[in-house]
Amino acid sequence: MTQEADIATELLPILKSVSDPEIPVLSIVDLGVVRSAYLLENNKVKVEITPTYSGCPAMDVIGDDIKTALKEHGYEPEVKLILSEAWTTDWMTEEGKKALKDYGIAPPVDPTSDKDALLGNKKIIECPQCGSKNTQLVSQFGSTACKAMFKCEDCEETFDYFKCLI
Amino acid sequence: MTNENLIHYIHSIADNSLILGQRLSELCGHGPTLETDIAMTNIALDLFGQTRSYFQYAAELSNEDLTEDDIAFLRKERDYKNVLLVEQPNTDFAYIIVRQYFFDVYHYLLLKQLENSKNVNLQNIAKKSLKEVAYHRRFSGDWLKRLGDGTEESHERVQKAINDLWVYTDELFHMNEDDKIVANAGFGVDNSSLKDEYYQIISDLIKQATLEVPEIQYFQKGGKKGIHTEHMGYILSEMQYMQLAYPNMKW
Repeated sequence: MTQEADIATELLPILKSVSDPEIPVLSIVDLGVVRSAYLLENNKVKVEITPTYSGCPAMDVIGDDIKTALKEHGYEPEVKLILSEAWTTDWMTEEGKKALKDYGIAPPVDPTSDKDALLGNKKIIECPQCGSKNTQLVSQFGSTACKAMFKCEDCEETFDYFKCLI
Repeated sequence: MTNENLIHYIHSIADNSLILGQRLSELCGHGPTLETDIAMTNIALDLFGQTRSYFQYAAELSNEDLTEDDIAFLRKERDYKNVLLVEQPNTDFAYIIVRQYFFDVYHYLLLKQLENSKNVNLQNIAKKSLKEVAYHRRFSGDWLKRLGDGTEESHERVQKAINDLWVYTDELFHMNEDDKIVANAGFGVDNSSLKDEYYQIISDLIKQATLEVPEIQYFQKGGKKGIHTEHMGYILSEMQYMQLAYPNMKW
């Protein structure tokens, strides 16, 4: 069972304005790394974030960006990195998936299809450039830990696919 | 079980990830193809991330004023408890893949058990890492099959790597005193219980890759007691250089 993120309404727009430094079009809220955010007394705010991958080098920057954004709005933030529950692509919002696709990164598909795609068994990953499903896995690992590399056989562009993690 | 036992146990698990990560990161810019280069360094990154989680927790448990960096960079060779397998050099791509696969299968089975640890921190790190390691194992297993069932040369080289690295596999299931105490307390894993399944899995894959399972009965050991092969000193001198030359430096 996966938990919904628990974010205080007044903090949501501020946190939404912070983006993933490696995928600038994607807000950290839509990515699902913000697990909770609540107001304490005296303008203090506590935010809990969880990494997509253990070694994700963006986490330190994300933590700093959250603090900066909240300070600008007069809050005193504390950011805590948590590991439980482990991040899953299920936490990515529909809005987030659309932003990824518009940016040229194929969003994660469901886990069963994902396995087939990453083993090269089935052609189901859609090219974010031309929409063709005639695509081929180039490498299980891409430019960042969360992505794999694909090639479109129709428009001949290579593209990143955001791997499914459940 | 004392805090000290638990800290040593955490070191011994994390040291495997740290040293293998260091070995893999040597390939940055030197991988045989761009894709494999990126893959190996991505795996290194996952392993370093896992190591950080373990060491942050070990630092918290410690009575001394330690950071994760102190544990990673400022210990002496004898204090690293990684198995000998992970410190073996990047002889060629076949060695890299076999070393990886031999470790990934063990790592996967270990984490699968560690998920049930009575210690909630270890449980959480295991759950997070398991997802990543499942992916590593798929990558190294695929390549092992591809090399075994590839050209005459790739077949020959990967068979040689299997034969040479086989002697380091048994040590994965050894337990030092700390390991035993922590496993008995329900916090750690009884490694010896993973052995049969491990050899079953790797033997099946080796056969599937049209290769032969070695019949070697002699095994190397020492890493779990801090006694390493000659490669370890070289790894540490490179890995520790910055912290020794510029103490407490930060990125």
